[in-house]
Amino acid sequence: MSNGQPAHHILSVLVENRPGVLARVSSLFARRGYNIFSLAVAPTEDPAMSRITIVVDVESSPLEQIVKQLFKLIDVVKISELDPRRSVERELMIATVRVPAEERGQVVELTNIFEGKILAVGIEAITVSLDGSPEKLDDFEELLRGYGIVELQRTGRVALPKLDKEARSRAAKGKAS
Amino acid sequence: MTEKLTGAQALIRALELEGVDTIFGLPGGCILPAYDPLLDSPIRHILVRHEQGAGHMAEGYAHVTGRPGVAMVTSGPAATNMVTPLCDAYMDSIPMVCITGQVSTTAIGTDAFQECDTVGITRSVTKHNELIMTADDIPLMVRQAFHIATTGRPGPVLLDLPKDVLQNQMTWHWPTDSDVEDSLPGYRPTTKGHPRMIKEAARLILESKQPVLYVGGGVLKARAADALRELAEMIDAPVVTTLMARGAFPDDHPLCLGMPGMHGNATAITAMQKSDLLITLGARFDDRITGRVATFAPDAKIIHVDIDPAEQGKVRRPDVPIVGDCRLVIEEIIKALRDMLAGGEKQADISAWKSRVSGWREQFPLHYSPSEPGDALKPQYCLEKLRDASPEGTILCSGVGQHQMWSSQYWKFNEPYTWVNSGGLGTMGFSVPAAIGAKVGRPDRTVWAVDGDGCFQMTAQELVTASVERIPIKVAVLNNSYLGMVRQWQEMFYEERYSEVYLSPELPDFVKWAEAMGCVGIRVESPEEVEAAIEKANSIDDRSVVVEFRVDAGEKVFPMVPAGQSNDDVILHPAQSTKREFLR
Repeated sequence: MSNGQPAHHILSVLVENRPGVLARVSSLFARRGYNIFSLAVAPTEDPAMSRITIVVDVESSPLEQIVKQLFKLIDVVKISELDPRRSVERELMIATVRVPAEERGQVVELTNIFEGKILAVGIEAITVSLDGSPEKLDDFEELLRGYGIVELQRTGRVALPKLDKEARSRAAKGKAS
Repeated sequence: MTEKLTGAQALIRALELEGVDTIFGLPGGCILPAYDPLLDSPIRHILVRHEQGAGHMAEGYAHVTGRPGVAMVTSGPAATNMVTPLCDAYMDSIPMVCITGQVSTTAIGTDAFQECDTVGITRSVTKHNELIMTADDIPLMVRQAFHIATTGRPGPVLLDLPKDVLQNQMTWHWPTDSDVEDSLPGYRPTTKGHPRMIKEAARLILESKQPVLYVGGGVLKARAADALRELAEMIDAPVVTTLMARGAFPDDHPLCLGMPGMHGNATAITAMQKSDLLITLGARFDDRITGRVATFAPDAKIIHVDIDPAEQGKVRRPDVPIVGDCRLVIEEIIKALRDMLAGGEKQADISAWKSRVSGWREQFPLHYSPSEPGDALKPQYCLEKLRDASPEGTILCSGVGQHQMWSSQYWKFNEPYTWVNSGGLGTMGFSVPAAIGAKVGRPDRTVWAVDGDGCFQMTAQELVTASVERIPIKVAVLNNSYLGMVRQWQEMFYEERYSEVYLSPELPDFVKWAEAMGCVGIRVESPEEVEAAIEKANSIDDRSVVVEFRVDAGEKVFPMVPAGQSNDDVILHPAQSTKREFLR
């Protein structure tokens, strides 16, 4: 993100909660050559609707065309584009790290620093989880690599727009200090 | 008072209530339950010989009537045989509802007999598709299917019906129009153009000194031919009609330049290239029209009217995008222009442009070298004779290839819905079944199917359907013993290295084959025989006629803009190429 432009688009797509809708969306992306970086989907507060949060690789696709093609799908009801600079994003990661008993403490300490959780402890390995912003997960993952990751799974981002008030009060704080 | 019906009875009743008068189909195991109530229904069923034929017939029917074509086939291989017609309808925005049988809901996913993932396979070639899991859903799903197929940008919709769903009981109900709309929260096509955009378009039109009306298939879908004519005559601008729009504006009209694009005429191509304003109506800047996009109409501003918002900016960024129904938008533009002119504004002087365009027309008519005595018959000559002898309102259907291009170039389309062809997908074998569907839709018209010998061999068996069902069509097979268009490319770009394009001069015997299928068969081998053969064909009303014209294989389609090249570098017929400086 050297020039301040985001490398990804985040699309929050409201769809009818019916069988096959996810298949339609992903096959549209495949067919048009748009590269999906990550995808998360679940029903919303209205059980008839689901929300799919898709992170799309900017290089592969003009965003305007993606949005328009998505709208052509009968099951797609609403699409919002979330600018990463103006959204709150969260993701969950679980990872199993190979670590001999005498070094286990280091991994535990690392996890605590990041405010993650210990899920399971084995003789030669430990399973941890962490939720947070994608950048925080990236940093944690990189640190874990030093120990030897056995297996790792991330959920893909979910995101909501930042609140206006929150942004304004941050700006005010910045000026004051 | 509740009425109990089987899913199959509900399906047939739903189709009747949607106004379906014809189903093209072929029964099989899974769809069998639906064929029983069909016996008692006023709907006419036409039994085809290949499911692909049912699909193309439904398309031909839709092309000429504007009503959705309906095809019904069974599961598995029948459904997969529908993929080509569905993809064709999808590419050309043809309203079509296709009903496929499916194995019982309890058997889905077990690799049962004649099972396939129809919804998965046809997902990307349909506007929408649904697997219906309970019989109670049938009325709503059928209503939805017809609504989606016929509104917004028309397209094919597939309903997959498991056998047990057809056999199960349901309680009859018929959803209202607003029930249907409410059930599709994600589908709200925009038909009315934005007033500000319309005013802006009118302003650009009045300012333009070199306008061209670029008319695409959307004008026919919107039934906007009359509105288009009013607009064109009001601003006195030249009109080009794409392959999918031939007939939307009369070829005989002085403003009509004919077809642009890869095999368009030089005037139409050049007028678009040199224009300062392309008033684009229901067209999508297809690569066959634009040639190399970077060099397409470099100086033109673009007004783009299309009902599909995704087409705006897909190929070329419009200056004035207008999402809406062509007919409604054209009418609003006419009103806006009238208001501006009444308010004292003036249209720019386009007389210099008009004479420039007239100059091109004079210098670059369509041209082919006529045959010398003793020479082989020329395909273009056959089409000209066919055209001149055709009764008013004749519907012309075509396959894909050289014969298709010559048909579009040389025929005079003066009425909409008289040209039926496969543009976007370019499906060989489209012609014969589409002609049958067209004749069913317009039994009062003469229907001619032009076909190449390659295309004919793909779907000719449907002539048996035509004979048995008493749907008399006329077929002109332009037999040059080659896959002509491919041969042309190999001649021009592969140094005459002809790879796998030679069919055969004697096989099949088209005349004997036609007679075997219950048609009259006529062979024409020299120019002298052409008119008499056509007259004989036109005089026969009670059965189909196949006229085989043995034509010169060396003829090439000109003009030509090779794929990916600039429209400025259009290749003209050799006899005209010395004059190309006049196209600058």
